[in-house]
Amino acid sequence: MDPAATVAPPVAPGTGALAVETIGMTKRFGGFTALDDVSMRIEAGGFHALLGENGAGKSTLVKCVMGFYAPSAGSVLVDGREAEITGPKGAQERGLGMVYQHFTLVPSLTGAENLVIARADAPALLDWRTERAALSDFMARMPFRLNLDRPVAELAAGEKQKLEIVKQLYLKARFLILDEPTSVLTPAEAEEVLGLLRGMTDRGALTVLMISHKFREVEAFARSLSVLRRGRLVGGGAVGALSRDDMAAMMVGERTVRTIAARIGEPDAASTVLNVEKLEATDASGMRRIDIADLRVRGREIVGIAGVSGNGQKELADVLGGQIRALGGRITVQGEPYRGTRGESRRHRVRFIPEEPLRNACAPRMSVAENLAFRAFDRRGEDPAGSPTFWLDRRAMGRRAKDLIARFKVKTASSEAPIATLSGGNVQRAVLARELTDPVDLLIVVNPCFGLDFAAVSEIRSRIVAARNAGAAVLLISEDLDEILELADRIVVMSEGKLVYETPAAAAESSVIGRHMAGHH
Amino acid sequence: MAADTTAPALPLAEPVPGAPNRPPAALQARAWLARRAEVVAIPVGAVVAGFGLFSLFLLVLGKSPVDFVNLVWRGGFGSPFALQNSLQRAAPLLFAALCVALPARLGLVVIGGEGAIVLGGVAAAAAAQPLQGWPATLAVPLMALAAAGAGALWIGAVGALRAYRGVNETIASLLMSYIAIALSNHLIEGVLRDPGSLNKPSTWPIGEAFAVGPLPGLDVHWGLGVGAIVCLAAYLLTERTTTGFAARIAGGNVRAAQIQGLPVGRLVVGFTALGGACAALAGFFEVAAVHGNANASLNAGFGYTGILVAFLARHNPLGIMPVAFLLGGIEASSGLIQRRMQLPDATVLVLEGLLFLVVLLSETLYGRFKIFSPHLWAEKRETSNGAAAAA
Repeated sequence: MDPAATVAPPVAPGTGALAVETIGMTKRFGGFTALDDVSMRIEAGGFHALLGENGAGKSTLVKCVMGFYAPSAGSVLVDGREAEITGPKGAQERGLGMVYQHFTLVPSLTGAENLVIARADAPALLDWRTERAALSDFMARMPFRLNLDRPVAELAAGEKQKLEIVKQLYLKARFLILDEPTSVLTPAEAEEVLGLLRGMTDRGALTVLMISHKFREVEAFARSLSVLRRGRLVGGGAVGALSRDDMAAMMVGERTVRTIAARIGEPDAASTVLNVEKLEATDASGMRRIDIADLRVRGREIVGIAGVSGNGQKELADVLGGQIRALGGRITVQGEPYRGTRGESRRHRVRFIPEEPLRNACAPRMSVAENLAFRAFDRRGEDPAGSPTFWLDRRAMGRRAKDLIARFKVKTASSEAPIATLSGGNVQRAVLARELTDPVDLLIVVNPCFGLDFAAVSEIRSRIVAARNAGAAVLLISEDLDEILELADRIVVMSEGKLVYETPAAAAESSVIGRHMAGHH
Repeated sequence: MAADTTAPALPLAEPVPGAPNRPPAALQARAWLARRAEVVAIPVGAVVAGFGLFSLFLLVLGKSPVDFVNLVWRGGFGSPFALQNSLQRAAPLLFAALCVALPARLGLVVIGGEGAIVLGGVAAAAAAQPLQGWPATLAVPLMALAAAGAGALWIGAVGALRAYRGVNETIASLLMSYIAIALSNHLIEGVLRDPGSLNKPSTWPIGEAFAVGPLPGLDVHWGLGVGAIVCLAAYLLTERTTTGFAARIAGGNVRAAQIQGLPVGRLVVGFTALGGACAALAGFFEVAAVHGNANASLNAGFGYTGILVAFLARHNPLGIMPVAFLLGGIEASSGLIQRRMQLPDATVLVLEGLLFLVVLLSETLYGRFKIFSPHLWAEKRETSNGAAAAA
């Protein structure tokens, strides 16, 4: 495969597509190696896809190329010459550009204004007549059709994404990195944007490196691909030479499932604790939509929801946690309708542990003792089973805090210290202490081990399994497939807002799961 | 894309032995003291710094800061008469400050107390008319209730706009305040006007029978006593009840409160309505104990000074009492300063503005001083490992 051979017209120096190569790229964070000796070459005019799970090191790799991170070892060659890139500005000067998953445009400004302010050499006083002339000259050479006079806030997602790309090209990027460019687009918009970019690479004006999870996209637009797993380059080649099963197998690899605490007892077939039927909801922007036809969790069962982030897991969690309201459908717990009020969760013994506990489950400036009291402060003697009380019992709060801190080994200078002063693992321990000390019938957890160290991870997973063994129904929403394979009795894959695949964990094949996660059903 | 979520395969970071050693009692007592000293030391420092800046202002005008402090002392605190004058002015500030401090528990910044004060005064005066002839023991509480109800509706509406429609409460309360003042003027000059009030349009007098008298042995009306009781009640509500704690959770992190199933919307409406009721009581006492009817004098700026009081008191209802007394004294001395130092009336406003600016700046200092943060005292703390950096 040699895409460079298809380049049609010879291009002037300083304008054509760039070749980029990484050599032995390695990035360590403390003792954790996020990227391990990755060498790959992307030919000038290539359209290269970078595949991998969450946390495989894709973002770390492109951030090293763009100069956001200083690599621990390794180097970048641009057009065959070693380039020391120390920051995004240096990357821009060398003709490297990156489009992020999230929009970086100023919503209240027009497209034209956004383009001009992004330029490093924009004069302090703008002469809009010359800028406008230059812009229309520039746009005439672009395949993208855009109205640059409208405020960005009025543009549809697809137009914004085009504008992000145009912005990079306006900044003279000749090597463009796209981080999951289609996650915010409809399929038709994605098709158009990627098609136009592919056209530009075919003409030799641009090289594209695209991070993606979607096999279909990769097969339709990329010419070559690489797969990362746990920071290592595990394979790649020309698109077409690899089957989807090959790609999925490379992405998820051979899993050795580590058992932390054995699941004891079979799921309780007779009792459906959580029942979600025909649930429809959207996030605040209305962009992401979920549509859950049927999801049941039984007693003494962990159901793991696997999926690439941004496929509706957050919206599902927000509905179950009472943060957004469903548009339609039914959620019942133990046969009764459930909306996430305090009374309902107390009656049915439902616990919800959101992701990023410091941000979502704690008041950072309140003390550890106060944060530990969130669930039972309105009950007599801080006893969750007690009767309601009007007066706050600070003494009982302190007693309970000391007890929980000791039992869950939360490391804190004092129970009076603000919880924000604790490390991530200890915040999560405190939240688990608060939520898991009494009998639980339904436990909903989201990415419980995100960003935690090894010791904290195994301890927290053991606690989840212990809750299950005690008879709780557990819904585990996680972006970490290992975690799901390790903990779940039953695995459900979520993709584009729908539950697309279900398998008992015993019969689970990671390559099949990976294929469904990648949107190939 | 999302950061690394897989468990980093760390070699167990240097094993931290069990629980940390229990700190000795003396250290614990010091920690307790340090944590509480911060909320006193920083505002006091801010007031001192504000006075320092104001001294510069006076020096530029060619006036002596020493004279100024002397006159504030004499006009506000130096004699029984001055003290009573200060307390009289502190009374409405207590109520006005609660209108800021109570919503602040939920993280809301409500600055529309002035409107609720005016509206409360007008409501009290209007309620007095149909109650003429009733026994005062019944009629006066009813007038207070009418005032409180009007204020609760007004500021509670701001809370409802915030909770259910996401409207910024600071802007909404300010605009609602202007509307309340305009509406009150319209009523005072229209349907509620006493035709006998020629130069200064006013409502009918509430009558001698309904006038609220002075506290026993003092020349200060009952508003001060009731204000102190309401501050105490507000303290108990916010610090000692489960409702107050729920409000603090919602103020600390609204997502956490929602996940705990707390009724965040009802808490917001309830606390803003309570704040509005408090401010309106200031208006009630101005009418029933000071003016005898409702007129434009109600709009005297207590609501705005109350904002400063609440911020200086760190929104603690107990702290409001001494701070209101201090600012009442400064305002009480304004006449004396005007006469003796030939300074314009607005001088005191300049001082209050500078104080407010410094207090707002001082908000950024909390948690910055090691001496006030016992959790920083321990020498060896568990250091977060590289996993967090991988995010």
